[in-house]
Amino acid sequence: MSATRLRAEGVSVRLGGSTVLDGVDLDVRGGELVALVGPNGAGKSTLLAALAGDLDLDAGTVRLGEREVRSMRSLDLARRRAVLPQQGRLAFGFLVREVVAMGRAPWARTGHEDDDDRLVEQALQRADVVHLTERSYPTLSGGERARTDLARVLAQDTAVVLLDEPTAALDIRHQEAVLSVARDLARAGRAVVVVLHDLSLAAAYADRICVLARGAVRADGDPHEVLTAELLGEVYQHPVRVVDVDGALVVVPVREEASCDALLS
Amino acid sequence: MTAVPVTAAQRRTSVRRVGLLGMLSLALLTAVVVAAGRGQLDVAPAEVVGSLLHRLGLDLGPMPSHPQGDVTLWTVRFPRVVMAAVAGAALATAGALMQGIFGNPLAEPGVVGVSAGAALAASTVIVFDLALVGTWTVALFAFVGGLVTTILVYLLSRDGGRTEVVTLVLTGIAVNAVASAGLAFLLFLGDQQAREEIVFWQLGSLNGSRWEQVGVAAPFMVVGLVAAMAMSRRLDLLALGDRAARHVGVDVERLRMGAIVVVALLTAAAVAFCGIIAFVGLVVPHLVRLLAGPGHRLLVPASALGGGLLLVVADLGARTLVAYADLPIGMLTSLVGGPFFFWLIRRARRTSGAWA
Repeated sequence: MSATRLRAEGVSVRLGGSTVLDGVDLDVRGGELVALVGPNGAGKSTLLAALAGDLDLDAGTVRLGEREVRSMRSLDLARRRAVLPQQGRLAFGFLVREVVAMGRAPWARTGHEDDDDRLVEQALQRADVVHLTERSYPTLSGGERARTDLARVLAQDTAVVLLDEPTAALDIRHQEAVLSVARDLARAGRAVVVVLHDLSLAAAYADRICVLARGAVRADGDPHEVLTAELLGEVYQHPVRVVDVDGALVVVPVREEASCDALLS
Repeated sequence: MTAVPVTAAQRRTSVRRVGLLGMLSLALLTAVVVAAGRGQLDVAPAEVVGSLLHRLGLDLGPMPSHPQGDVTLWTVRFPRVVMAAVAGAALATAGALMQGIFGNPLAEPGVVGVSAGAALAASTVIVFDLALVGTWTVALFAFVGGLVTTILVYLLSRDGGRTEVVTLVLTGIAVNAVASAGLAFLLFLGDQQAREEIVFWQLGSLNGSRWEQVGVAAPFMVVGLVAAMAMSRRLDLLALGDRAARHVGVDVERLRMGAIVVVALLTAAAVAFCGIIAFVGLVVPHLVRLLAGPGHRLLVPASALGGGLLLVVADLGARTLVAYADLPIGMLTSLVGGPFFFWLIRRARRTSGAWA
């Protein structure tokens, strides 16, 4: 599984007349957890969709191993990569257990089908939704839905895992738990890409951070190299401070008293 | 291969599955026997069963005591009751399928205008006296009309991979309006006999069903039902939305085109000979979902049985509620379906976000 490699080369995507991604290169290998960060509209979700094989590219390629993702059958692709969507939706009132079991669909009628029960059970536990198994998905809260979707992605048991803002709707405990799960997946040899807004979380869990700005890669590397006050201040157009708390990087926006005074006066 | 341990939840599901399908089958059989016996010439249920068994070559049970009983059963009642069951099964299965592919519980052949489109095409055959392929001409045209309308509704009502409730209902109004205009034009063109046939279409009726018609409609229904069953697992995944369904390996566009053809096939099976019978495809899958959950592997066959049951009972009502009168069955189903539709819309608004 360590041979897994997801590689984007010169990816450009235009949506509705504007360039959303412009010549993006990204290389993710098995065993790595890569965080995609950047301001709103930087193209993070679009890049993730391109990596997932959802989009027709205007230029460049996305390869999973040797094959281009757009040329793969959706079933073959589903056996190799799983995607956690940003916002979980479900048309009908399936139970949480049934939704998680949907993650096993690509493996139906293969030898891996025998693992279904074990993997679904494991996924329910890792995403901390065991107590919700008999609940109907539409009755869940946003955070519970997000964890159920995560369990479905885990049950799919793929070498590449793409997570689009998995922590957006979660409380602190579950944010940490979900990223620990993501890191465990990477430790087990899978290639994991996570879109994150929380830079401190990214710093704590990612092996590499890729900063996107205006559809291009602004920086890509070790968290300690990438997360500098100078770079982030420029990219986010807001001054930040990067603080080292017992070896963990914490990014805090600068909140000046002066600016409050200016607003009040 | 070692046996996979079956969890308690799975065992419960399969018990519920067998239980529900068994109960519905039993109810359908009972309804068929009772409905076949009732009418201007009453035949007791035991005699209906006796007549059936004798036809099967078993010398069991009493034969109908009335001298005309056996003939009435086999030339008038049975074809009509079987046609009701076939049409009901076809419409309910089509409804379950449409709701699955639109990801929207309000989709139904009658509501979105597929029935009207099929009826329009079938009426064209009557008015212009077309007979390209004999008795099959009407069914063939109904199928093509249904297919074109389903594709049209699909293209018109989808936006960004989803179908909003409002868009779907408004599309239905537009499609129904155009189809009614077409039917009105055909009424204007047609002669006395053609007009009567078209009016009968719009009202929906099982009056005068013949074995030959059952012979045309039943294969459509069976093929459609089998195809729908084959799609059921992928239809479940479609509930995740187009993108997520693709992520778990569903070829969404192919599934959807296949399902649209099956919907047209099923709708044609019902509409070709029975006219527009609305709301069966809406009411039945909803009741089944309340009882058994949304999984299509149970929803599709249970809807087929439930739809057959509903139409057999509704047709019994149509024949017997008013003495010496044969009420249009489409009127009866709409009378029940309309308020049900309203209740669904109210509920959708309350739980807005669940499937708005």
